[in-house]
Amino acid sequence: MGKVVGMEISIAAAEAVKQCNVDVISAYPITPQTHIVEKLSEFVANGELDAEFIPVESEHSALSVCVGSSACGARTFTCTSSQGLILMSEIVYITSAMRLPVFMILANRSLSAPLSIWVDHSDVMSIRDCGWIQVFAANGQEVYDHVFHAFKVSENESVLLPYILNIDGFILTHVVEPIELIDQEIVDKYLPPFNPPYRLDPDRPLTMGAYGVPEVYMESKMAQDMALKNAFPYIINAWKEFGDLTGRYYNPVETYRSEDADILLVTMGSMGETAEVAVDELREDNIAAGIVKIRLWRPFPYEDFINKVSRAQILVVVDRSLSYGGPGGPVASEIRGALYHLDKRPYVMNFIAGLGGRDITINDFKEMIDHAIKNAHKSRQEDYILFGTRE
Amino acid sequence: MKFKPAHELGWKELKPGYIIDDPGNSIHYKTGSWRSRLPVWDYSRCIKCGICYIFCPDNAVIQRSDRYFEVDLDFCKGCGICARECYTQCITMKEERV
Repeated sequence: MGKVVGMEISIAAAEAVKQCNVDVISAYPITPQTHIVEKLSEFVANGELDAEFIPVESEHSALSVCVGSSACGARTFTCTSSQGLILMSEIVYITSAMRLPVFMILANRSLSAPLSIWVDHSDVMSIRDCGWIQVFAANGQEVYDHVFHAFKVSENESVLLPYILNIDGFILTHVVEPIELIDQEIVDKYLPPFNPPYRLDPDRPLTMGAYGVPEVYMESKMAQDMALKNAFPYIINAWKEFGDLTGRYYNPVETYRSEDADILLVTMGSMGETAEVAVDELREDNIAAGIVKIRLWRPFPYEDFINKVSRAQILVVVDRSLSYGGPGGPVASEIRGALYHLDKRPYVMNFIAGLGGRDITINDFKEMIDHAIKNAHKSRQEDYILFGTRE
Repeated sequence: MKFKPAHELGWKELKPGYIIDDPGNSIHYKTGSWRSRLPVWDYSRCIKCGICYIFCPDNAVIQRSDRYFEVDLDFCKGCGICARECYTQCITMKEERV
């Protein structure tokens, strides 16, 4: 067992990135991502980490630097939030289409306007279809652990895809938690050096990001889609291998008291931990509630998810972002799609909650469950509710 | 490696990220069909200076053994830069009909 320390989660994330011995870090500061990158720049300046730290004038440039360095075969890291992600979004799509295994920590934060620095998932949902592997962490230990998982999976020769680790802004980034660190020798055992099959090399010229004529563009997109779907077993295996080394096992869909539950909360990110307390209290009142927490958002684990929810009567999907004028929350619409072909499927009730940093409390979850029990099957499945908004 | 044109490639044949590791294979990609106007030289006024050759963005102007210039019909897109740059204005762009 590694040493357990009390550490701010951002610092733990930076520590993990250092332990992965990255070659290039390029980022632009934005709240609440700042502490991660600040700490890494300190590591480089102090000579504790032998890497290029490339300060840039914008997030668009930050990810562009990462694309270039990853193409050269460098282990590459960036980190952003909210408006920064939106500004780099042009390059986000290019990174995955060029199959460059850049690793990004996204400290989730709401989008302007109104200006807000606080957590929600509208930043990542704006690039939902970007083709990166997308994972959500629920606590500090998961954040630290998934840094190793990210490089392990994305740099695998059979995967070669960029990876976003979503961590809720402030709720995770700025909180001190006990973190069990992993010994460097275990990290070195788990994570082989990055050795891409193709890299920019003057002695072996090749073209990356070439023009794709209409005759081949669709084939290239098919190949990209299959690459992300085919990454699934490598994601699972890397979690398994990590668990065997550290004792901490992760799954694409985590559950809490769900086996005999009639009503399931579906959560992503840190809110899942609060929901556990709510479920414990509901169970004391003889309400058979449970939780399904989606860790792996892309590639979406359809089979695993369906297996874990199909027994329930009602799913209460809590989305932390909103698709205006559309299907409500992106998670709920994903789930409705996933369940559509089942003969008998749970009723899906969708709450949009916690936008712009509003807390989602234990009582909020209990109220959602109460509302769902009273109103399920009365309203149309495709409806959604902005939980707790005042008129 | 034998070159395969884009319209024959299946998705499984593409390198990760549609990398092209066969340098210089754009020679196989013929762009002549894009052309609607064709540059035609009046050799009575041509001074063989080669400004057309230098300015052609697609290396489609070629020099003959008698040192005059002509166009490679497989690649000329008919952009007209050669005619515009020609010092003696000996190149005219003629509409091409099928």
